Parts: sequence; structure tokens; C-alpha cells
Amino acid sequence: MRDKKMTISDVQVDEADYSGIRPLLEIRDLAITFKTSGGDVQAVRNAHLTIMPGETVAIVGESGSGKSTTALAAIGLLPNNGAVSHGQILLDGEDIAHATEKRMIELRGNTIGMVPQDPMSNLNPVWKIGYQVKETLRANGRPSGPDDVAQVLSEAGLPDAHRRAKQYPHEFSGGMRQRALIAIGLSCQPRLLIADEPTSALDVTVQRQILDHLDTMTTDLGTAVLLITHDLGLAAERADKVVVMYRGQVVEAGPSLALLQNPQHPYTKRLVESAPSLASRRIQVAREQGLEASDLLAPVAEAAASDQVLQIQDLRKVYKLRQGLGKTTAFAAVDGVSFDVKRGTTTAIVGESGSGKSTVAKMVLQLEKPTEGKILFDGVDTSLLKSSELFKFRRRVQPIFQDPYGSLDPMYNIYRTIEEPLRVHKIGDKASREKKVRELLDQVALPQSSMQRYPNELSGGQRQRVAIARALALDPEVIICDEAVSALDVLVQAQVLNLLADLQANLGLTYLFITHDLAVVRQIADHVCVMEKGKLVETGSTNNVFESPQQEYTKALLNAIPGAKLMLPPEVA
Amino acid sequence: MVRFILRRLLQVIPVFIGTTLLVYYMVFALPGDPIAALFGDRQPPQAVIDTLRSQYHLDEPFWVQYGLFLRNLFTFNLGNDFTGQPIAATLARVFPVTAMLAVEALIIQAVFGVAFGVFAGLRRGGWFDSTVLVASLVVIAVPTFVLGFVFQLIFGVNLGWAKPTVGASADWGNLLLPAVVLGLVSFAYVLRLTRASVSESMNADYVRTATAKGLSRPRVVLAHILRNSLIPVVTYLGANLGGLMGGAIVTEGIFNVPGVGNKLYQAVLRTEGPTIVSIVSVLVLVFVAANLLVDLLYAWLDPRIRYDQ
Repeated sequence: MRDKKMTISDVQVDEADYSGIRPLLEIRDLAITFKTSGGDVQAVRNAHLTIMPGETVAIVGESGSGKSTTALAAIGLLPNNGAVSHGQILLDGEDIAHATEKRMIELRGNTIGMVPQDPMSNLNPVWKIGYQVKETLRANGRPSGPDDVAQVLSEAGLPDAHRRAKQYPHEFSGGMRQRALIAIGLSCQPRLLIADEPTSALDVTVQRQILDHLDTMTTDLGTAVLLITHDLGLAAERADKVVVMYRGQVVEAGPSLALLQNPQHPYTKRLVESAPSLASRRIQVAREQGLEASDLLAPVAEAAASDQVLQIQDLRKVYKLRQGLGKTTAFAAVDGVSFDVKRGTTTAIVGESGSGKSTVAKMVLQLEKPTEGKILFDGVDTSLLKSSELFKFRRRVQPIFQDPYGSLDPMYNIYRTIEEPLRVHKIGDKASREKKVRELLDQVALPQSSMQRYPNELSGGQRQRVAIARALALDPEVIICDEAVSALDVLVQAQVLNLLADLQANLGLTYLFITHDLAVVRQIADHVCVMEKGKLVETGSTNNVFESPQQEYTKALLNAIPGAKLMLPPEVA
Repeated sequence: MVRFILRRLLQVIPVFIGTTLLVYYMVFALPGDPIAALFGDRQPPQAVIDTLRSQYHLDEPFWVQYGLFLRNLFTFNLGNDFTGQPIAATLARVFPVTAMLAVEALIIQAVFGVAFGVFAGLRRGGWFDSTVLVASLVVIAVPTFVLGFVFQLIFGVNLGWAKPTVGASADWGNLLLPAVVLGLVSFAYVLRLTRASVSESMNADYVRTATAKGLSRPRVVLAHILRNSLIPVVTYLGANLGGLMGGAIVTEGIFNVPGVGNKLYQAVLRTEGPTIVSIVSVLVLVFVAANLLVDLLYAWLDPRIRYDQ
């Protein structure tokens, strides 16, 4: 593997010398070491990377793969306990791996710009947007009058820039903040822009606008882009070349499409197979389990046709927003939503943040009371349940939440976490409960030895498995998954989705799947409900909605999936 | 903003009535006869005692005494104390001295506390940080009266750098030594607060972004680390101003500063209700004003805070 990787970077160097153009950035055999209380940790080793002027190169990898660390080293922003321990970072031929702080200050802004990941935390909350642009211009010796600031902001797609410049970050939406950060990153027309997951915190349609705009701007300015992302589809769509990093090492690099269509390294192969934005059929999940699963699935689906386990009728939820002085305005978070969920199937509710999809989930779970409308569970109106009946209802409908870090009690070990619902509902004695917990751990493919461990000793994927085991403990009929896989890396996400599909096939579970990620929907759902601003805009079977969307909003959502239009070899697609 | 200030000023009324009532009642409830105490060992004629009693309304029930006090207050005529001096004149004499002392102490703790805290916070775990942390712990642990006497002995008596006692000549220079002693404890808190706040905002994402923009280190520190770190520190300093005014009793006693603390102490010894309550009333007003100032400053420092909604 090492030989292959070496040839890739060697070829790139040769090509560059051939055409007489020098690479803008060349990372050679880079190693980065962090000093920690537990000794030195090598976060990156043998990293190679070449970016030609004006080119876009993406580093793809899961969290902890060293992709951000590599990029931060290129702009001299490693954390204090981290340092380049080996190799070179050549910027236009100059090795900046150990450059002085003075030299780095000269380069930052002017030659290397950065667009950071999280628009919420990367603007200083106490300074006006305009000031934060202005100081960038001034620090790099550019004209920094109000008109210059407004121009920079309007070029990044912020309308009404003069007025916007006088506002504070908290008066901006996430998308607008990211535009302001792009404006700052590109304000001094750097030759290289480091974009570290620039849109991962944003809704999919906003993401598309921002990336399109970034493309246009960097093309116009001739800026080279080092794009860091965990999303292979996005990388393939936006970058000329893709570099795949895994556990601190570059495992594969090459032109985007070639790499996607013909991945060499086993890790890249797995990544391509499990990237939700590239996989295209629900059946695929079932097929991976072999014939048995498909056989099981078919009769369940037939039986389901006549059995509506959940019926949502004209659901409305109105919140009163306070406007001071006792005045309130009504805000309809959910506005006249109706749909049915068939037993043994998966229904997905998709929408952007603020569309009301989570509010629907909360009302189905009886965590919020609807303002109007009915939720029928097995034909019974849930709003009429007495508290003892509600207790029984809770046993049959279980949630899995988004954040596996936040939804497990850090003071409970795994055994106690999974056993708690059994104890609450007074099911079995101590011995039978323990047996049940062991079975559940088997079902979610966690070793039984993990019973005595605590949540902080598990990875994100393992924690989500614990959350699934806890939800399954009471043998529920319906599981509400509120963004249950959104916080997970692609590969882990694929594992959890497979697990959910397996469990559905084996136990006849019904899922109500709340997500903003259409790519995930395609993998797991039979039916889709698309929500926009509290209203249901489109419903239908997953295949129908994906292949012939009727509403403009649905089309926009689908178009915004990164990598959706890429051509893939038949065995993957 | 105007509405907010008005609302806050209206809140002063119940606070003011509540505190004065409480203090007045506590003085009223103190055992012992203040008039008898005035004469010491001598036994004055009963007629003299009665005259003095009615002169100071000591023969009236509590509510009448308190009512008379309030009436006097609103007519800006605070009456006389037991030595026959007008209370208003006493206040006019002692408050400027204590204000000078408190402001000097506040400046010392603000300037040195913030400066030391910033340096310690920027180089967390370095030798300066470690030294300053231990030293500030010692300062916090040692009571003010011990610190006061030690400083008086070393700098006032042995080294002769300052006058050991201030007496009548209270000016900025002579008040420096007591101001250092008075400010020292809060200085240690300001330092620790600044240090914690700085080392927290140093790791903020926006600081890294500011560095990535190509700003020089001093600009990053000043505009992005310091400005954000100062928000909690300013809140503490403002609230502390009131504390410095009222808390100067021990320091003023040690250095014989003719200020509020000294006067208050003497008045308590003599159970002079009107004098005590007058001083406390002014202190309450200072507290309220300082807190209002902090709230306004807070909104100015942190634009996310809005009071009008």
C-alpha cells in the first residue's frame, strides 16, 4: 500500500515539473505529534498531498482521521500541544512546516485563507460583522473603508451589505454567518483557501447554495481550495482530486471520479459503499443480509397494507412567542399534518431545521400536547389515554434520539441503562432481566463484556447501539428515531442503519424516522413525508418521491444532496 | 434602554425603604440607653435627660422615630448627631475620603488584577502563572486586619515609604497604602477570574479564526481574547465598588482614615440611630447605582444582551 501511495504523489510531482508549473501546496511525508499526559500521540503520519494553483483538492475521512489536523498544520494553527514532527509543508516551494510566527502572520489572510467549520462559534459575538471583515482587510494592508467591507460581504452573497455590516453575529442565521465567514476567508484574495467542513452545520439546501457560491468565487479569483469533509459524495462533486485519510494516514489519492469508480484501498471501498449520498436503493440494505431477510420482509410488507399502526390526523401545534409587555404572537410549528404509518414499515419525515418534523415526533411520543388534531395509535386516540394507559402506551412506542452522548446517563453503566425501562415497567425478576439485557446486547452486536462499562468508555456508534438496545428492551411495536444516525460517521452510520433494517426484518418493527438527510431516507424508508415550515408538502413511497418529485421544494432538497448526480459503476449504484 | 433604567430606578424605592427600616429597627432594638452612655460616669439631672430624649425623639415609639427620619431625609435635613454636629456635614466630610479610598483600591485591583490575570491566563501552567496563583491564594487566605498591620509595620514604620496612619491629611498619596490593603483581597479574585476567563476564551473557535485572518498576536489578544474575557470581570468589579465603600471599616480603623467606616463604627458604639441609618442609606444608594452601572456596562460589552425585550 505504501508503494502505491508513494507512486501517486510521485506522479503528481512529475506531472507538475513537466508542465513547468510549481504546485501551490505540497505536503511531503508529514507527521504531526501531540504531547498529551499519556505520552506522545502521532495524529498524522506519512501524509502526502499536492495542490496545483486554482485546483480544488478534498481530504475525506471520518472524525479523528487527521484530516483537519493536516489542514491546520498548513496554516500554522495546530493546538499548542501539537507540532510537525517530520516532513515538509511546501508553499510555493517554501517550507513552512517550521516557519516563524511572524512569517505565518504574513501568510495568513493574504496567501492562505480559512473558512472554518462551525458558523455559530467562529464569529466573535461581541463585534459587528463589518468590524470582523474590516480588521481582516486592515491586518493584510488592504483598503478597509465601509464600502470595501460592504463589497466583500456582498460578493459572498449577503444582500443589503451596508446594513448587514452593522449587525452582530447573533442577528444572523447560520447560513448568513457562514457567508460572512467565507467573505472573511476570501477577503484578501488568498491563493489557497482551507475550507474545513464549511457547510456541515447547515441545512442541505443552504449547503448547496453556499458551496455553489464558494465554487464561483474561487473560480473567479483563481483560488486553490483544500476542502476538508467527511462526506465522500460532496468531495467527489466539488473537488478535482480526493485524498482519503484513515487513522492519520493517507490511504488513497487520485482524481475524484476515478477514485470513486475504482477504489483500491479497502477503507475507500467501504467508504464508497456506505456513503449514503451515493447508495441509491432501500433494497440494498436488505440485500446485504442475504435472501433470508428479503424473504422475511416480503410477507410483513404485505400484511402491513391493511394495518395502520399510527394515524396522524390534521395535527397542529401552535406556540405562543413572547414579544414583551405581555404580548404574544402565535407561531404554528406544525400546521395541519396528516399521514398514516403502516405496521412493519419505515416512514421518514424529512425537512430542514425549523420545518416542524421533530415537533411531530414529540407529539407522537406524547411529550408535547397537540393544539389540534388527533394521533391514533392502533385506532385509539392517544389524547384520551388515562395515565395508566399512557404508561402502557409508552411501553409500545420507544424513542431513539440524535445525540448518543446526551441521551445516555453518564452515571449509569450500560447494564443499568438498558435494564432501567424493564425495572420501571416491573418486567421479570432480576435474573430474567439480566438475561434479557444479554440478549439485547447480542441483538445490537455489542459484546456482553460492555455491560459494566460507562457511556464515556464507548464510541459514538457503540453508544447509539446502547440507545437502540434500551429502546428495544420493552419489545416495542413502534420506534421513533429522531435524527438517530445524524451524529455518526458514515461507516458507523451505515452499520447502525443495517442494524435497524435487520431488527425490523426480524422483529417486525415499525419506524418513524425523523431526519434532515435525504440520502439516509433512501436507504431506510418505505414512505416519505416532506415537511416545510410546519406543513406537509409531499408524501409518497420513497421510490416515487425520489424518482418523480412533484413539489419544487422536494426537487430542491433532492438536488441539494451532494454527489447525487455522480455516475457510479453499476455494482455500487 | 430608557425603560430599563426607569424600571431599575423605581426598584430603588422598595430596596431603600426595606434596608433603612431594617437597619433602623436593629439600632432601635440594641440594648442600653444612648443618653446614659453620653454622660459616662456622671449622673445628669433627670430634666436634662428628658430634654435630650425629646430633642432626639428617643421618647417616641419606633414608627414615629422612623417616620421622622424619613421626613428629615426627604427634606434634606438629616438632623444633628449626639455631639450636636449636623449629620449632613459629617456625611459630606467622610464620604469623599472613603470614595477616594475605594476608587483608588478599585483602580489598583482592576489594573493589576486584569494585567496579571491576562499574563497568567495566556501562559497557563508557566512559572508566572504558578507563582501568581500561589501568591493570590495566600492573599485570599490571610485576613485583611493581619495584612493591614503587616503592611503598616513594613512599609509605614520600618521602611518609612508611607505614613503609617492617615489622620486628617487624607489625600491620594497618603491613602495609597490603605488602598493597597483594601484592594488586595479583591485583586486576588479579579486576577483568578481574569485568568480563568482568558484561558477559556483563548481556546474559542473565533480566536483561532481571528488568527487565521492574519491578525497580529497583540491584536488577537486585545480585540478577541481580552474584550470577551472582560465581561465577567467588569461585572465583578462593579459589584465590588459598593463592597469597597462599606467594607473599608477594618482598613480605615487600622490606618486611622477619617472615612465612612470609621464614622459608622463610632456611631454604632454610641447607638446613634440617625447617623447609622444615614450612612447606610448612602451606601445603599451607592450599591444600587454601581449595580445599575454594571448592567449598562454589561449590555455595552456584550451586544447579545438586550434589556428592552
